[in-house]
Amino acid sequence: MTSTSSKKNKYSVIGTSPIRHDALGRVTGKAKYGVDLRLTGMLFGKTLRSPHAHARIIKIDTSKAEAHPGVRAVITTKDMPIVKDEVADFGETMANYRLLAELCLANDKVLYKGHAVAVVAADNIHIAEEALSLIEVEYEVLPSVLTVQESMKEGAPLLHEQLTTRAVAARFTRGTDTGVQSNVASRILIEGGDVEAAFATSDVVVEREFNTKMVHQGYIEPHNETAFWAPDGHLTIWTSTQGAFGVRTQISKTLGLSESHVKVVPMEVGGGFGGKIRSYMGPTAALLSKKTGRPVKIVMNRKEVFESSGPTSGSNMRAKIGATKDGKITAAQVYLAYEAGAYPGSPVGAGASTCLSPYNLQNFSIEGLDVVVNKPQVSAYRAPGSPAAALAVETVIDEVAEKLGMDPIDFRLKNATKEGDRQVSGVVFPRIGCVEVEEAIKNSDHYNSPLEGKNKGRGTAMGWWFNGGNASTAMVTVNSDGTVGLVTGSVDLAGTRTALSMQVAEVLGITPEEIYPSVGDTDSIGWTGPSGGSRTTFSTGIAAIQATNIIIDEMKKRAALLWETQPEDISFVNSTFISSKNSNDKFSFKELAGKLMGTGGPLSASSTSNPTQVGSAFGGHICDVEVDTDTGKVTVLRYTALQDVGQAAHKAYCESQVQGGAVQGIGWALNEEYYYTNDGTMANSTFLDYRMPTALDLPMIDTILVEVPSPGHPFGIRGVGEVPIVPPLAAVANAIADAIGVRLTELPMNPASILAALKNKK
Amino acid sequence: MTDKIHVKTNLNGDNVDFLCEARQSLLEVLRDGLDMTGTKEGCNDGNCGACTVFLDGRIVDSCLVLAVEVEGKSVSTIEGVADVDKLHPVQQAFLENAALQCGICTPGFIMAAKALLEKEPDADEGRIRLWLAGNLCRCTGYDKIIRAVQSAGKDMQNI
Repeated sequence: MTSTSSKKNKYSVIGTSPIRHDALGRVTGKAKYGVDLRLTGMLFGKTLRSPHAHARIIKIDTSKAEAHPGVRAVITTKDMPIVKDEVADFGETMANYRLLAELCLANDKVLYKGHAVAVVAADNIHIAEEALSLIEVEYEVLPSVLTVQESMKEGAPLLHEQLTTRAVAARFTRGTDTGVQSNVASRILIEGGDVEAAFATSDVVVEREFNTKMVHQGYIEPHNETAFWAPDGHLTIWTSTQGAFGVRTQISKTLGLSESHVKVVPMEVGGGFGGKIRSYMGPTAALLSKKTGRPVKIVMNRKEVFESSGPTSGSNMRAKIGATKDGKITAAQVYLAYEAGAYPGSPVGAGASTCLSPYNLQNFSIEGLDVVVNKPQVSAYRAPGSPAAALAVETVIDEVAEKLGMDPIDFRLKNATKEGDRQVSGVVFPRIGCVEVEEAIKNSDHYNSPLEGKNKGRGTAMGWWFNGGNASTAMVTVNSDGTVGLVTGSVDLAGTRTALSMQVAEVLGITPEEIYPSVGDTDSIGWTGPSGGSRTTFSTGIAAIQATNIIIDEMKKRAALLWETQPEDISFVNSTFISSKNSNDKFSFKELAGKLMGTGGPLSASSTSNPTQVGSAFGGHICDVEVDTDTGKVTVLRYTALQDVGQAAHKAYCESQVQGGAVQGIGWALNEEYYYTNDGTMANSTFLDYRMPTALDLPMIDTILVEVPSPGHPFGIRGVGEVPIVPPLAAVANAIADAIGVRLTELPMNPASILAALKNKK
Repeated sequence: MTDKIHVKTNLNGDNVDFLCEARQSLLEVLRDGLDMTGTKEGCNDGNCGACTVFLDGRIVDSCLVLAVEVEGKSVSTIEGVADVDKLHPVQQAFLENAALQCGICTPGFIMAAKALLEKEPDADEGRIRLWLAGNLCRCTGYDKIIRAVQSAGKDMQNI
C-alpha cells in the first residue's frame, strides 16, 4: 500500500499530481538558489562568532584584520544603527526588531556561543576566514544557563537585565507586565472549568514529566544573503527566504531605511521549515556593501547554521490527565516551560493552545513559560511549539487508555473534538476532521494488521495545528495563445507554484501546464506573507482564484462586445464562454484569449486575500517499532500517517509533505538533539554528529489522506505542511512503551536512553 | 596573493583547464570558479552528499576532493547528465514520482542513484536505501525518492 484517499475526486485538475513547473530546473541543476548567486565584483562575507555562551564584550580590535591583504571592510556593533523596540510579526512567531538587530550583531553582550560579533568582507572566502582570526576581542566571561530549570532558579544569572515577566492570557497577546525581573519572558495561563474538582472525581489519573532537547529544522541549504547598496541609496537583497516581505521589513527597520528603499529578491530555497523567515545576515551584508560599494554575499557554514540560526525549543513539561472508568476524560493539566534561546519568543503559546485540541474538555489548565537561556534564539519549526506539547499529552493519553484497558483510538474517539466544540482558547471549531482521522485509523490496514514478535510494539498519536491565513497577492495575465501567467508573492518551498497553478487551471478549465507561474520580488508584486503556517496553497490560492474570476468577468465583457450583447448574458462553463441570447455564440477560453488585442487590449488582474476562516487540521499516526534490547536501537518497522488535508490540491505533494513531516518527527523522537557541554558548546554541530534520518533508517511512509473540505476555501483546501510533525514524537514513544513496557519521557529516545530505561525497569 | 595552480581535466566530456589555489576544493572551483552551481554545498564536510559528482567513474563528495586532484582525470556533474533533448531516466523518474520538494539535495541524489543503477538496475529497496544513505534529504522522508530510483532502474533495464 502506498497511499489512499478517502473519497472520489470531483475536480478535473485539483487532486491530481501533475509534474511540477519548476522541477526540470531542479533535476538538471539549473535552478538558482540563493547560494548559487554570483554578481559582478561580488565580495565574500564571513562572521566572527562568540566562543562563549555568555560574556560581556569589553573591546574589539579589528585593525589587523582590516590591514590583511584582500580584506575590503570590517564591521562591528558600532556600525549598526540604533534600532527601536518594536514588535516584529513573523506570522507564526513574534520578535522585537531591536533584539533582531542584536541577533545580527551582538551589542554589549554575547548571549550564546555563535552570536555574531564582527563581520568581514573580502575578495574570497578564504581571505575572509583568515581575517576573522586577526580580530581581537576581549570578553568578560559571565556564568551561563542552558536549561529552563537552571534559568528559573533563584539567583540564576540574568541574560537581560531589563527583562521582566509578562502575564498573558492568549497566544500573541501582549499581556501585563508583572514587574518581576527574571529569565522568564512571559507566562501564559489558559484555564477552563475546575481541574482540581474534576481530578477528584476521576477513576484514573496519570501524570508524567517530560524533557526534550533543542532540535534543528535541518534544511540542507545553509542560510545565505547577498546585498548591494547602490549609491542612490537603494538596497537590494537576494536571499533564500520563506518570505521576501518580512525580510524587507526587518532590514528596513534595522537599517533605518524606508521600505521602498529595500528590494528583496527571493531566490529558490533549499529547505526552510520555518527556519528561513527572519534575516540573520542581511543587515550586515548591506552595511558591508555600503562600506565597499560592492555586492557582498554571506553564506553560513553548517556549524553556523546549527549554532547561530534558529532551532526550536527544548522543554521541560508535565501533563496530568484524568478519566472515568467508562473512558470519559475528566480534566487535563499541562505545564510547558520552553527554551526561547537568547531572546524571548519561544512557541510556548502555540504549544499551550494546540496540545488539547483533539479532545473536547470542560476542565483544563495549561501553563506555559517562555524562558531565555544561553543558546541560539529559537525560530519557527513546522507547527512550532506543538510537537513537544503533543508528546506530553499524547503519551499520557495513551497511558490513561492503557490503565482503563481501552483501545487508545476508541478512547480518543470517545472524547474527540467535533464541529461546534470549543478550543481551549474559546474559539469554536468549524468543520474539522478529528473524528474522521481517528475512524480512518481504526479502519486502516495498518491498525488492523497483527504485530507479532518479541520487543515489537505499536503506538498511535494525534496532532493538531491552526494553519495560517495571512495576506497574499496574486496577478494573472492572459496570453494570446490561451496560456496564462501567474505571479504571486509566495516563495515556492515545495511545489506551490504548481498547487497554485492548478487552482487557476481548475477555474479556467485548462491544464496546469498551460499556466506559467512565477514568484515576484518585493517591487514587482503586492505584499504577501511568508510561505509558512501551511498557508500558501490555501491563502495565495484564494488570491489566485479571485484574480482568475476577475479575468473571467473581463473576458465576458470582451465577448459581449463581439456578440453585441451584455456581459450578464454570458456564462462561463467548461472553459467555454456562451451567450444565453444565441447558442451559436460560443468561444473557448483559448479562442477568446486570441481576440483580446482587438477587443480593448491585454488583460491582467490582481487580487489580494486575507482569509479569516482558516481550516485547521488534524493528523493521526500509527507507528510500529522493534527494540533491540541488547543495543537499545529502535527500528521503525512500519509507519502510516493519516491527515485531514481538506481537499488535496496536488495529491503527490500532499503525501510528500505528510511523509517529510513524519520523518522529521521520527528523527526528533529517536535521535536528534543539540548536545551541549557544560560551557554552552554544542558538541554535535555537524550533520555527522547531529545525525538526521537517512534513507537507511526508515521504512516507506504510508499516507492516508482524509479529505474533509475546509469551509474557508472555494475548493475546500486546508494547509498540509505542518500537522505531520506533531504526532510522531508520541506515536514513536507509545510504540516503544508497547514494545518494552517502559514509558520514555525524555527525548531523544536514542540507544543510550533505551538501555537506561530497560536497566531501571529491571 | 596565493599562487595559483594550473589544472587540466575533463569535465562532462570537455577538456577544461582552470587556475585554483591549493586549498580550494573541487566543489568550490566548480561552483565559484566554473559557475557550475548545479552541484550543491550542504555541509562542506562530506556528510550530506549534495555535492556528489563522478570522478573517473566513481562517485565522490566534491567538497572532500581538492581541485588540484582532478588533474588528468575526468569529472562529471549534474550538468552533464541529461542529453540536449532528453533527460536521463533517473531525472525523468524524479519528475514523474514527485521525488523532490526543495530540490537542493536532488542533484546529489541523481548522481548517486545513477551510479548505482548503471551497475545494478535491478537493485531492491534495501540496496537502494543502503546506497543512498550518504545523501541527506530533509523534505521528502525518502519514500518517493526510493520509488523513483526503483522506477528508473526498470526504465534502464528496458533500454
